[in-house]
Amino acid sequence: MLVFVVRRVIGMVLVLIAVSFIVFLIFVVVPGGDPAQRIAGRTATEQNIENIRHDWGFDQPFYVQYYDLMKKAFTNGLVSQTNQTSVDTQIWQGIPATFSLAVGAAVIWLLFGVLVGVFSAITAGRLSDRMITLLALIGISMPVFWLGLLSRYFLAEKNAWFPDGEYVAFTVNPAQWLFHLILPWFVLAVLFIGFYGRVLRGNILDTINEDYVRTARAKGIDPRRVMLKHVLRNSLIPIVTLFGLDFAAVLGGGAILTETVFDLHGVGQYAAQSISNFDLPPIIGVTLFGAFFIVFFSAVVDFLYAFLDPRIRPT
Amino acid sequence: MAEKLLEVTDLHVQFATEDGVVRAVDGVSFALERGKVLGIVGESGSGKSVTAMTLLGLTRGVNAKFEGAIEYKGEDLLKMSEAELRRFRGNELAMIFQDPMTSLNPVYRIGAQITEAIRTHEDVSKQTARNRAVQLLRQVGIPEPEERVDDYPHQFSGGMRQRAMIAMALSNNPDVLIADEPTTALDVTIQAQIIELIDKLKDDFNSSVILITHDLGVVADIADDIAVMYAGRIVEYGTKRQLFYDPQHPYTWGLLGSIPRLDKEKPEKLASIAGAPPSLINLPQGCKFRPRCPHAFAKCTEHPPLENRVGDSPPHLDRCWLTVEEKRSLRDLTIRGEAAA
Repeated sequence: MLVFVVRRVIGMVLVLIAVSFIVFLIFVVVPGGDPAQRIAGRTATEQNIENIRHDWGFDQPFYVQYYDLMKKAFTNGLVSQTNQTSVDTQIWQGIPATFSLAVGAAVIWLLFGVLVGVFSAITAGRLSDRMITLLALIGISMPVFWLGLLSRYFLAEKNAWFPDGEYVAFTVNPAQWLFHLILPWFVLAVLFIGFYGRVLRGNILDTINEDYVRTARAKGIDPRRVMLKHVLRNSLIPIVTLFGLDFAAVLGGGAILTETVFDLHGVGQYAAQSISNFDLPPIIGVTLFGAFFIVFFSAVVDFLYAFLDPRIRPT
Repeated sequence: MAEKLLEVTDLHVQFATEDGVVRAVDGVSFALERGKVLGIVGESGSGKSVTAMTLLGLTRGVNAKFEGAIEYKGEDLLKMSEAELRRFRGNELAMIFQDPMTSLNPVYRIGAQITEAIRTHEDVSKQTARNRAVQLLRQVGIPEPEERVDDYPHQFSGGMRQRAMIAMALSNNPDVLIADEPTTALDVTIQAQIIELIDKLKDDFNSSVILITHDLGVVADIADDIAVMYAGRIVEYGTKRQLFYDPQHPYTWGLLGSIPRLDKEKPEKLASIAGAPPSLINLPQGCKFRPRCPHAFAKCTEHPPLENRVGDSPPHLDRCWLTVEEKRSLRDLTIRGEAAA
């Protein structure tokens, strides 16, 4: 057990270093102009730019720059090149919105995804199953920015049933918090509901033909219990992997489109702004932030797997 | 006369598929008395497993069609609703399946799967059910059952899993135990142990057994009566003695001939029945075995009824137009593989 944890932690650190280095390399290689020039502004003199270049360390070899950047990243010293604000503070400010969005949407998509999957598997081949399949495919194919804008336009602007974007902190007003998040939650969840429903439907239909399900039926067990205890219990194992990684991605600021469309000022929106500003320190910051959740949750998934499937439990 | 537990009369099972109607079971009748072992023997696709699963209603579905009667203690299982039938399933009639590696749910402990079977049919506490599970595991020969009851299926070997399956099937003291190829997936050394175990437990539990196999060698030990199935029908039916010492149907001869024997000279190659079983969608006219039979003649295009042509008592039924004399003169050659058509 301890070996497992230690090995995973070392792995996590290595992955994070690799991720940050790749992002850094891409940034250095991609032609984006001289960062010193951007910081200096339009009216800067040659000397100004030279000073900035020296002060920020852009004249150093790339590995020294990388080392400095990482040192700052782990000592809360990252500063935006665009507006000189602390990256750390910005991410902290974005976390409540991002986490609220992620947790709410995850609950919705998991609940509805499982319902959709079970229902269409039980009625497989019938009209209801085909309708659900069609809806699921529409849900999967619908771009989030399009669905987000449409729902905002029709449900928040044309008819003021829902608030028109922005995030209200839970600590400020819980009712408004909920009210402001309902649309983003559902818009983000739609794709996942469709996807999870399809995957689960397939898993269930595979599991139903397993010999042990026939054994369960031969015992004379009530069909509902067979479905829940023998079919669904085994069909849900692969869903755990999907959910762990998807949830981690959204938690780490991966719902960039949803956050931006609804102007939630979360970590994802911050990431989007930093990328459009070509601002390396915040990009490194949010990438490490997101990557942390991915590697952390994939470790959690591995751990849960061992719990759910005794065959891979270390003895 | 012993108590007649189960009587199957003219059972037909058909499945509608995209390619056409599959006549999986096509007029099968047999009876099972208390304490007896009936062996049902046939190749893959002869309808023996479908027959067995139909007894428990496990083949029911939108595409399945049934005819005939399955009378168990005077009640017709075939006419019962799913909910009524469920009271019998795993309770009065229990089943063991072919592949013990996949027949147990991998995520539940052995004990939990046995207690589930017990508590489905009997309102007992978890502790009582668990004690019974331990007792059952001991009876089927699992060492240290108090500890092994908490193992998961993957911690059991194939033979042990089949023992656990048997324990589960016997957990409600069923009157009829249906074993569908219980030894096929096991090592040869384990096969004999499992068969012996079934034979012993049927006496301990006062159950009857329907043993389904493709291997005449397996039923030779413990069966009282044997039904040989081919293409969804019984082609020969009699006591074990009648079947082994006076086999009447050329298909039975083929099965007997294909048992490898250590007490005879080593043959050039292992004997087999030429050809493959017919498609159950397009069955040949007349005798279903005709296309593969080395002794087929003109009359075989007519459908042969299942009759007691030998005139034995108890009845020894077969479906072959050859006269009894012809059969007796042809069969030894056929079994030895020397018959010329």
